[in-house]
Amino acid sequence: MVYNILSLGVPFSVALLLASLGEMFNQRAGVFNLGCEGIMCMGAFLGFLPPYFLKAGALAPYATLFGFAVAMAAGILLGLLFALVTVTFRAEQGIAGIGLQMFGWGVAGTLFRHFIGGVTGVPGVAAWPIPLLSRIPFLGGILFNHNPVVYLAFLMVPASWYILFKTPWGLKVRAAGTEPRAADSMGISVNRVRYQALMVGGALAGLGGAYLSLCQAKMFADDLVAGRGFIAVALVYFGRWSPLGILGGALLFSLAQSLQLAIQVAGIKFPYEFAVMLPYVLVILVLSLARKARMRGPSHLGIPYNREMRY
Amino acid sequence: MNKFKLAYGAAVVLLAALAAAAAAALVLKAIGASPTATYVTIFTGPFKDIFGVTEILVRAVPLILVALGISIAFRSGIINIGAEGQMLMGILAATGTALALPAWPKAALLPLVLLAGAAGGGLWAGIAGTLRARLGVNEILSTVMLNYIAAQFYTFFLRGPMIDPGELETGSGTPQSMRLPNAALLSRLVPGTRLHTGLVLALVLCVAVYFFLWHTTWGFRLRAAGAEAKAARYAGIHVKGSLVAAMMLSGAFAGLAGAVEVSGVHHRAIENISSGYGFAGIVVALFGALHPAGIVPAAVFFGLLLVGADMTQRSAGVPANMILVLQGVLILAIVSAKMYLNNAYAQERAAKWFARLRAGTGARAKTGGQP
Amino acid sequence: MKTAAEPITELKLEGITKRFPGILACNNVSMQVARGEVLALVGENGAGKSTLMNILAGLYQPDAGTISLNGREVRFPTPNDAYARGIGMVHQNFMLVPNMTVAENVALGLKSLHHFMNLDLKEARRRILEVSAHHELPVNPDAYVWQLSVGEQQRVELIKTLCFGAQLLILDEPTSALTPQETDDLIDRLKRMTAELSIIFISHKLNEVKALSDRVAILRHGAVVFNGRTADHSPAELAALMTGREIHLPRNEGVGLGGPAILEARDLKVRGDRGHLALDGLELRLHAGEILGLAGVSGNGQRELAEALTGLRRVESGRVQFLDRDMTNRTPAAMIAAGLGYIPEDRHHEGIVPKFSVKENLVLKDFHTAKFSRSVLLRLGAISRNAETLKQAFDIRCASTAAAGGSLSGGNIQKVILARELAREPKALVAVYPTRGVDMGAQEFIHAQLLGRRRAGGGVLLISEELEEIMNLSDRIAVIYKGRILKVLSSLEATREKLGLLMAGVADE
Repeated sequence: MVYNILSLGVPFSVALLLASLGEMFNQRAGVFNLGCEGIMCMGAFLGFLPPYFLKAGALAPYATLFGFAVAMAAGILLGLLFALVTVTFRAEQGIAGIGLQMFGWGVAGTLFRHFIGGVTGVPGVAAWPIPLLSRIPFLGGILFNHNPVVYLAFLMVPASWYILFKTPWGLKVRAAGTEPRAADSMGISVNRVRYQALMVGGALAGLGGAYLSLCQAKMFADDLVAGRGFIAVALVYFGRWSPLGILGGALLFSLAQSLQLAIQVAGIKFPYEFAVMLPYVLVILVLSLARKARMRGPSHLGIPYNREMRY
Repeated sequence: MNKFKLAYGAAVVLLAALAAAAAAALVLKAIGASPTATYVTIFTGPFKDIFGVTEILVRAVPLILVALGISIAFRSGIINIGAEGQMLMGILAATGTALALPAWPKAALLPLVLLAGAAGGGLWAGIAGTLRARLGVNEILSTVMLNYIAAQFYTFFLRGPMIDPGELETGSGTPQSMRLPNAALLSRLVPGTRLHTGLVLALVLCVAVYFFLWHTTWGFRLRAAGAEAKAARYAGIHVKGSLVAAMMLSGAFAGLAGAVEVSGVHHRAIENISSGYGFAGIVVALFGALHPAGIVPAAVFFGLLLVGADMTQRSAGVPANMILVLQGVLILAIVSAKMYLNNAYAQERAAKWFARLRAGTGARAKTGGQP
Repeated sequence: MKTAAEPITELKLEGITKRFPGILACNNVSMQVARGEVLALVGENGAGKSTLMNILAGLYQPDAGTISLNGREVRFPTPNDAYARGIGMVHQNFMLVPNMTVAENVALGLKSLHHFMNLDLKEARRRILEVSAHHELPVNPDAYVWQLSVGEQQRVELIKTLCFGAQLLILDEPTSALTPQETDDLIDRLKRMTAELSIIFISHKLNEVKALSDRVAILRHGAVVFNGRTADHSPAELAALMTGREIHLPRNEGVGLGGPAILEARDLKVRGDRGHLALDGLELRLHAGEILGLAGVSGNGQRELAEALTGLRRVESGRVQFLDRDMTNRTPAAMIAAGLGYIPEDRHHEGIVPKFSVKENLVLKDFHTAKFSRSVLLRLGAISRNAETLKQAFDIRCASTAAAGGSLSGGNIQKVILARELAREPKALVAVYPTRGVDMGAQEFIHAQLLGRRRAGGGVLLISEELEEIMNLSDRIAVIYKGRILKVLSSLEATREKLGLLMAGVADE
């Protein structure tokens, strides 16, 4: 049973991991995007469309790839929209995020109901077991026997770390979120950096959403994302705005989810609804305990930048 | 300049609403529905008969209540996105109370049921408020999580302990509670419609909230804490306590809205009872500038949208999710517009532009209309 | 960031005008700086000095006027353009990212080091060390900025601008956070730098202006009222030009009424925001009928002391006694009710609620008392009347008492706070930097009010960075250093030199 929990837990964490890494870039640059949930909804739906439509066509083998590409493109566009509202119009980020979430959720649901209407499956993505490593007893199946998107998501962790801490762009992002006036005084456009971060964040959130519909559930439904976007935002606080911390958080959550499944499968008498509640309760617990984390966050998180503002 | 400020503000809000309508129109086009036909149905359909008009008010009642609570919270410096969950908990509390005391007379039971609803919502919100005050937990995240948790609680009770024994007997198993005793119901205002006395309650509370915020020491404390927490603290106001109190009040209003829906409209707890009022209430509060005087017309307007959207779903096949789309773009448009509302620069530029326009038309009038 | 193509022999500003909503910040300003010259830009707070320099540095755009370098007109749409021409600015609030190293901060602005996936920190380090050696400004490139002291951070800022190739340095109030000795040190360094650079520095401290500058330009209400050679004028003449009239700041002529101790801090240990011990066994006693000045470089525990005394910060150990009652760790409300007044450091965020009207702000501490409320209901009439009375008595300039508090000028906001506190006739008043950023007229008024409180038998704890203010008003002067009171002097024995040494931590025998 432990094996099941762990081997399921790893792929369960992918959507959360991708969205949360994206949100990390947003928050490091000084913007928090609660609309992540809405972007994931759109990504899940739009990613699902190509395989659904191209099922029997000549392009079928590439359909899934198209799906991911479309989802990422949608994520970038929605990130752009959010940037327009919160960076250019300097709107209150929390409420704007909820607005974006409603919008994404609503559009995905509307288009789904209109174009598809019912529950249909997609083939999903086959696993690519890594040649030697997947044969390792116990660990092999847990870590090395997954589809390529899973590997990609985990590779994003060191990649994000490098981008954030070792590249000029990462330097600008960190400056924009902590001391935007300093960046501005050196000729860096704080607004432009934030736009870029939001687009990257949107792309990753869209990708995460597409993973849910294309690889994990292999179908689309209105309540597919079920709050994972919000959990992804919470994970950034929990992970102290660092890729490694976020990885830890994502794994923690997905393990809670696979635990919930395992409990049901094992027939343990536990009310279904309470099991479903677990991840959300866990988020609250985690937010309550992560008190110290808030002190190390980007100090200008949530504050729109206005050069002409007299301090 | 004050009249101009008002006109400027109204113009900005109107532009925002139009931008939202345009964005939603794009989505409508995408699903092959005609935006004009849809909007026409939405805005004229409900007025076709008295039932439609009363339905607008029926929708407006919970919206007013939720929005009043949200305004109190926002003005006190705490953001409450948990009205959905607080409504559900209020419904559970209200239904439970009503079903437990079926023999009580109306004069005692009805107020108790409504109070139970308020208490249910208030306590549920109090969790998020306390977490914020004591542990600094972001209340947007916690209230959103609490929404999901409350939804599960609600389903659990409706399918389990609170299910109508009648359902079990007949084997249909619809998750809904028993019908509330008559003593727990709000009377109908207009026979043959669903409009109930909850409307009066909502309007009375509007006045009460206005009074509370601007004419009492309690309201002064909340507004100060919300406007500038540091200064309020320095002035001796207990800010953390204010946050919790504001959140609980906000939740109480949402819980009351739930109780009112059960007592006045559905007469039993059913699935999908809150049907998005929790989120719609936020939009109504924003649209109404967080003031009771603005909330009432905003709620009526939104009630119109909701009834109209229902009609378009039936007639033109526009899915119900469209209302979420509309709410989303409205929120985005309103918060974007706020920058222009509070921006002295933009106002000055607009005033200059307007003055030039008037001078231009004046000059043209003098020369007989030829530019 | 390229180094300037040609050296700057002359910088000219002509007819610069800049408006913000409701304020004319710069009004047809013209001035010039020659190579190797030091120009002091002087004026009261709000005179437009910072705005003017921000325009020069490319942060703001002028509404009218021109800037010319070496005779040719130039424009600086962004700070980058200013840097490209050799103009570098060191702001009053440092533009450094705290959780990055010195090298990273410098690298942030050196575009030439930004390669696609790689940041050339090695080159940044090399340049920093080169500049540091050349100008004798010691610095560690790998230190995190938050670890550095204020003086060290200022050095980093200087090095940063020099790395960017600055030939004209603009310094905005460079000595505001330094001890007198550090100030002298800085002035020496800057004098040496004039061999290669021109300098414009903003200050309102006339003795520094005399010490460092060749020329001085005085701004008043956004316009240049004087532009000439420093050597030709005395500080008194310059002061008169700065304010437009003879200002006689009120002086404390008495020696303190010697009343009983009303506010006492005993062996106070208080933690600061970063977890360090901001107050480390502090002892202080304020008597009735006296003004006790607290001198010290900001950052030595003044804020934490004020907050501990008023109930806003937790006291770990030690005691706070107010009127012979132990008031350690009581709530702010309790301290206020007991008769303690507080004029906080940040008037915009701690002193008033900017969105509230002036009249609401005037009753911010008393709205729940019987005077302004009947049980739970506010007595709006009484609140309005109170506001009118105070507006007259304190000469608060506002369109009406219903106007938003945040829309008033700095000096008037301070008057609102003062009015509110003094109207309650506090037995003890803690005033933190009460005249910072306030024009001389309002300063005169505030000083008179503080002396008035003293005459009426109250005690005032005056925490200030301006030595002159402290020496003018106090009966006794305490010097705070690293969270403790180093020494308490009577105003008669206190001199600038003695205080300067104490502020730097040098306790004489």
